[in-house]
Amino acid sequence: MITTQKSARIGVYICHCGTNIAGALDVEQLTAFADKLPQVVLAKNYKYMCSDPGQDLVKKDIAEHGLDRVVVVACSPLLHEATFRKAAEDAGLNPFLVQMANIREQVAWVTRDKVDALEKAKAHVAAAARRVAQHEPLERKSVPITPRVLIVGGGIAGIEAALTLADADKEVILVEREPSIGGHMSMFDKTFPTLDCAACILTPKMTAVKSNPHIKLLTHSEVEKVDGAVGSYKVRVRRKARYISEENCVGCMACIDECVFPKPKFPNEYDQGLGLRKPVYLPFPQAVPPVPIIDPETCLQLSKGQCKQKCVEACGERQAVLLEQQDSIEEFEVGAIIVATGFKPFNPSVMPYYGYGTLPNVYTSLEIERLINAAGPTGGKLMLRDGSTPKRVVIVHCVGSRDKNYHTYCSKVCCMYSLKLAHLVKEKTEAEIFNCYIDIRTPGKGFEEFYNRVQNEGVHFIRGKVGDVSPVVSDNGQPTNMMTIQVDDTLLGKVRKIDADMVILAVGLEPQKDAEEVRRMFGISCSTEGFFLEKHPKLAPVNTANDGVFLAGVCQGVKDIPETVAQASAAAAKALALIDRGSIELEPNTAIIDEEHCSGCRVCNNLCPFEAIEYDEEKGVSRVIAELCKGCGTCVAACPAQAITGVHFTNNQIIAEIEGVLYDSAPPRKEAVSV
Amino acid sequence: MSDDSFEPKIVGFLCNWCSYTASDLAGTARMKYAPNVRIIRVMCSGRVDPTFLLKAFAMGADGVMIAGCHPGDCHYQQQNYKTMRRYAMIEQMLPQMGIERERVKLVWASAAEGQQLAEAIDELSEAVRKLGPLNWSRNWEENGGRIEALEAIVKEHEEALEVQS
Amino acid sequence: MSEKPKGKLALYWAASCGGCDIAVLQIGARILDVAAAFDIVLWPCAADGKVRDVEKMADGEIDVCLFNGGIRTSEQEYMAQLLRRKSKVLVAFGSCAQEGCIPGLANMNNRREIFDSVYKEGSATTPENSDDVRPQPETEMPEGTLHLPVFYDTLKTLNQTVEVDYYLPGCPPEGDMIWTAITAIVEGKLPPPGSVIGANTTVCDECKRTRTEKKIKKFYRTWQIKPDPDICLLEQGLICCGIATRAGCGGLCPEVNSPCIGCHGPNDGVQDYGARMMSALASVIDSDDPEEIEQIIRDGVPDPVGSFYRFSLASSLLRRKKRSTNGNGAAAATKTKAS
Repeated sequence: MITTQKSARIGVYICHCGTNIAGALDVEQLTAFADKLPQVVLAKNYKYMCSDPGQDLVKKDIAEHGLDRVVVVACSPLLHEATFRKAAEDAGLNPFLVQMANIREQVAWVTRDKVDALEKAKAHVAAAARRVAQHEPLERKSVPITPRVLIVGGGIAGIEAALTLADADKEVILVEREPSIGGHMSMFDKTFPTLDCAACILTPKMTAVKSNPHIKLLTHSEVEKVDGAVGSYKVRVRRKARYISEENCVGCMACIDECVFPKPKFPNEYDQGLGLRKPVYLPFPQAVPPVPIIDPETCLQLSKGQCKQKCVEACGERQAVLLEQQDSIEEFEVGAIIVATGFKPFNPSVMPYYGYGTLPNVYTSLEIERLINAAGPTGGKLMLRDGSTPKRVVIVHCVGSRDKNYHTYCSKVCCMYSLKLAHLVKEKTEAEIFNCYIDIRTPGKGFEEFYNRVQNEGVHFIRGKVGDVSPVVSDNGQPTNMMTIQVDDTLLGKVRKIDADMVILAVGLEPQKDAEEVRRMFGISCSTEGFFLEKHPKLAPVNTANDGVFLAGVCQGVKDIPETVAQASAAAAKALALIDRGSIELEPNTAIIDEEHCSGCRVCNNLCPFEAIEYDEEKGVSRVIAELCKGCGTCVAACPAQAITGVHFTNNQIIAEIEGVLYDSAPPRKEAVSV
Repeated sequence: MSDDSFEPKIVGFLCNWCSYTASDLAGTARMKYAPNVRIIRVMCSGRVDPTFLLKAFAMGADGVMIAGCHPGDCHYQQQNYKTMRRYAMIEQMLPQMGIERERVKLVWASAAEGQQLAEAIDELSEAVRKLGPLNWSRNWEENGGRIEALEAIVKEHEEALEVQS
Repeated sequence: MSEKPKGKLALYWAASCGGCDIAVLQIGARILDVAAAFDIVLWPCAADGKVRDVEKMADGEIDVCLFNGGIRTSEQEYMAQLLRRKSKVLVAFGSCAQEGCIPGLANMNNRREIFDSVYKEGSATTPENSDDVRPQPETEMPEGTLHLPVFYDTLKTLNQTVEVDYYLPGCPPEGDMIWTAITAIVEGKLPPPGSVIGANTTVCDECKRTRTEKKIKKFYRTWQIKPDPDICLLEQGLICCGIATRAGCGGLCPEVNSPCIGCHGPNDGVQDYGARMMSALASVIDSDDPEEIEQIIRDGVPDPVGSFYRFSLASSLLRRKKRSTNGNGAAAATKTKAS
């Protein structure tokens, strides 16, 4: 049972990849080996196969030697398969008659010994040559693309991407989980290093989103389900009940004023719980949409069913307050998706030695942002819990970052925002400020200059990790506002104790809590630290392994605002390039059921998560709907009648590859017969 | 059985989206690992038909690796669970045929886990090296005097034919 | 049918139960048509005929040979080669010749184990053998050396021994299929060489039970449940091999509430019948939990080889169980090396 070799004229091209491959194994010997393989007409090696002259070599040989199959022995097909398919196509050969043998990533770079590398490379080459002989010419199928983009997350990344796409007259569905768009940026006071006010630069963009006719904004909403594939994703969005109609509300805030709670009573999530709100509230003054929301947990009517419903009365004939409102589901079809779900700040309460959550005047950096923000709970006045002004402030760097107990990665933005906070706190309070850092990292436009400026302002810098924050007790045993911060000053080589009345923890950035679910829903991967994985770290930083899904912002990895905006623009451009084409060519590697051989046993019917297999009751056979099939091949492997073919991954092709990788240990074809 | 010069031959079926990408990543990061696993790319570990494993053993493989995305992380949503089920079935069957379970390894390696994949390859290579060569086709050789017996029959019949004529 | 000059037909049996020879008679009175079209030159089961006469024939003199049984001994191998040479068309007749069938299940053992089982441990069919007498290939007698065929370690299928032109599946083949094959041969309407004569779809095609999507939480043995007569047996948890087994029998077993055991072998192109069953059944197990999956398989499929390779072990990719060569059950083995 050896696969029969079809007659083929194969050309094998072995790439040196400079010295990447040629330095790790003997390419001449490999070429000689390839030359002797069955049906191989010629085997050559060349310095860079992916270069123009390299590709021309293939094209020329196809014409001159009548090659009908090509094997390129080089890097990963995930990198250059498209390149060589295109080259073959240019030379008039069907692109699917090309096979790559990956001897760079999988052999040259990972094998210690040159002889071992050559042996493994031979196996991969033999496999590719045997396989390609079994290839069939294939045609790609073209399907229309829905010219609409879903953007998940309404922070600065999502906003920027939405506006870019809308500028190109493309329809955008922008889904934000919170009641307002704006994300973390809207919570900040000033932005480093230019110190322009976050709200001043963000608010116009938020308003532009609201007023743009191409953008459908769904706040307080979450994507629940994504089906389909690039070009036509079917997306289900849950619009959580807001209890106030966005259509009818004019933003007069009368409902808030007239609420039966005379004063704000509940912690405002947006202010990190430092400020208070009523059950009906606007998260922050610049919120978009400028429509209040009712919190069903604290609203008397919604939680207990007992309230005079003054808000309804206040709204009057506009009838915007809808206490009966339920969650609703909306479904959309989109051609591409941009995931811009952002991050969450590291929660330092897991580090008891920093006293967060137990010592009143230990804050996270985000809390300080709110406290110094003019729109914040204190109207921009930085104060301690007792209302007094801080006099000595310690900023602890790298909280949760560069720490093998929490996150080993550097959160990148903390150094700069700590410098910014040092400057702002000093400006507002004239307090003495200590920055306790491991390293100050300021590689960015204007960053080092800003660092110098802050140094010149008299802020102290202590190189060392803070080990402990403990309360200072007065002589008569009474607790005080003061704390002792213990830091191992590595420049002085001794442990220092600093007393301060305010500690700011420069917390790192980490993936959203539900990053796992989000990732699964959109069919993308996470890198080790949990941020979403881009398709290629250098050459495809906004693409993902899922063709129509792009990434923008911190959900892909820590970055500052300008980088986020740049990436969001890039994601929008990529999405635009995709949907603007009008149609997309699908890979032909789908499953096909041979109805003659199918007995309608229905084993496969339950195996396809994309519902691409249907059963024809009348004919008693199962059938694959090509548009829905994604070509995983699970049904092919399961079919007991072997009636399903996995195009481009046929049994014969894979078995030929098995025979190829085992070319040096295969049993003799015929057993000796002596009579 | 172990032999110092024995280099196990292992066929690895790697899914395109996670494990194959992980192996590329191991390459990009220049991790060094055992050269014994020869890699075949499939779109999904769910494409791996038990036939492929049996074929590999029949063709002389000493071991087989199947690698896919982590359960729940399949690029095709749930297909690696089918791989898991088939693997369990194969695990039940192989020992019956005298093939040690340790020769087959199911690995979950995400696209970011080049290191884990490289380690799994090292581990499997070592485990198979300890088990020794499988050399399956040797089981098919008839070694109980088959050739002599056939020759004897031919001779006997030829003699009989001569007597007759 | 009898216009043409009479052809020559041979029927032979090797390692089989004899059922295939009887099955030939399933074609009923049509056997007379066969007799009219062919001279039966060899049919050890039914007619007198000598190997000598076959040896004397010219190569290719026999038009058709229907060969049933697998190759278990040197004599059977000799006959397979002889009949191959003498026959224009060699048909592997029935499951044994095609895929080894039940005799092939002995490939889970080697010669010594089989002999131990038959001649030492004793069985209902062998008398007491306290002297542990075993068949010897050679016995010296005053008149000369007597030969017995050598019993092989591994049962081989016909096509693992000689080139086969056609295959007729079944244990035994159905009368109608035999007749179809004979007619095709006589009329010269044969499919391309190497084909299996018969349908290329599976038993479900002929099974009248209603089928839906499959999700199996527990497998049952036949004695454990009384199956519903109208619903797919597999969906009820019975290991029914109809999904993977070539149609042509009319779905006889499921019709009497008994799951298909797979005697017709696989569809065209399948390299390993058991792998088809294992893959299909495992795929529809209704669990994503590794431990539960293992439990379901351990409880429900305690013997995968027996369940899925009952007929096809000898023709499977592995062909047999690993043969131990280190003294714990080896055959006369390694000492007498084949020349």
